[in-house]
Amino acid sequence: MSAAAPDRGARAAGPREAPPPLVVPPLFRYLLRLGDLALVLGQRLGEWVGHAPVLEEDLGLANIALDLIGQARLLLAYAGEVEGRGRGEDDLAFSRQHAEYLNPTLAEQPNGDFGETIVRQVMLDAFQLELYERLASSRDEHLAAIAAKAVKETRYHLRYSSSWLVRLGDGTAESHARVQAALERLWPYTVELGVEDELDRDMAERGIAPRLADVRTAWSKRIDEILAEATLERPRDRPYTWFGKRGEHSEHLGYMLAEMQYLQRAYPGAQW
Amino acid sequence: MEPDSKHPDGKRPESEHEWPLFEIFIRARGGLDHKHVGSLHAADARMAIEHARDLYTRRQEGVSIWAVRSVDIVASDPQDAESLFEPARDKIYRHPTFYQIPDEVKTL
Repeated sequence: MSAAAPDRGARAAGPREAPPPLVVPPLFRYLLRLGDLALVLGQRLGEWVGHAPVLEEDLGLANIALDLIGQARLLLAYAGEVEGRGRGEDDLAFSRQHAEYLNPTLAEQPNGDFGETIVRQVMLDAFQLELYERLASSRDEHLAAIAAKAVKETRYHLRYSSSWLVRLGDGTAESHARVQAALERLWPYTVELGVEDELDRDMAERGIAPRLADVRTAWSKRIDEILAEATLERPRDRPYTWFGKRGEHSEHLGYMLAEMQYLQRAYPGAQW
Repeated sequence: MEPDSKHPDGKRPESEHEWPLFEIFIRARGGLDHKHVGSLHAADARMAIEHARDLYTRRQEGVSIWAVRSVDIVASDPQDAESLFEPARDKIYRHPTFYQIPDEVKTL
């Protein structure tokens, strides 16, 4: 990627895994970005099962998690087709290393308390909604069909998460303080959502994906409206950002994948 | 929890922490009536609809939801059951089973 990468120097300089050796279709990488976002966020929400504050929310979060995993399956299965090396949805979900995951870094952030999960959810629901609404008229018909189905689900996800954010933000002094703190903590990871790189530009020029700048503008407006209703203050954007969508993740993804992929790694090809 | 006049020690009984109970009715498809399917806790009406959607329509059970706060339901007293319901027991003539239905009537 030769695109502007603001402040790469500001990141911890660790050993980086080599990029995949073969020529990879750009659409494959773009589909991984979409599919991995849904998969990683769905897996995180699934961690709430059995632990949510009340039974009703347990089911609510699990429903959303299942919607997301369903989207991930469609997107990853299509990615496997586009790649043309015989990898299916399960291969892509369970046999890739963390640096091959291309979800935005925000998706893999730990659940924290219920409020923090809701903040993360609102940010990503709004992002997915703006994205899917536009992808529904993608020149790629298969992707357009997946997006058209996902839009309906995502609209409900945002309705759920934003109504909780309003309750918590505009609730008690404690709930307000907690979600405001979660917002401050997670906000730096939202910058990535709107930073366009070469792959985004390529997809937009071919009419496969919307321009990310448009998604970013619409997202920002939607988030402002929700935060205003929740009486929360929008944090200031910081100068550098993370790039999970290029495979440069926070430390949290590795632990999550270790748990998620354990079974397929211990018993490769296991089915039940 | 802040102390107040009713709870000087700042502790409240569990029942006051709980969200109110709602009774949920689902319409299976257009033209049918709403049927009672169960109850759930929710902080308010909007949340009751969302919870009902998540709890009771995840297998395509319905196309419409009613939620009614359980406290708003007026119920008959089980102690009155004898006087309310038993008098109907020996009045089988109230069932429309004694009519001869003309052959021409096909759709009754």
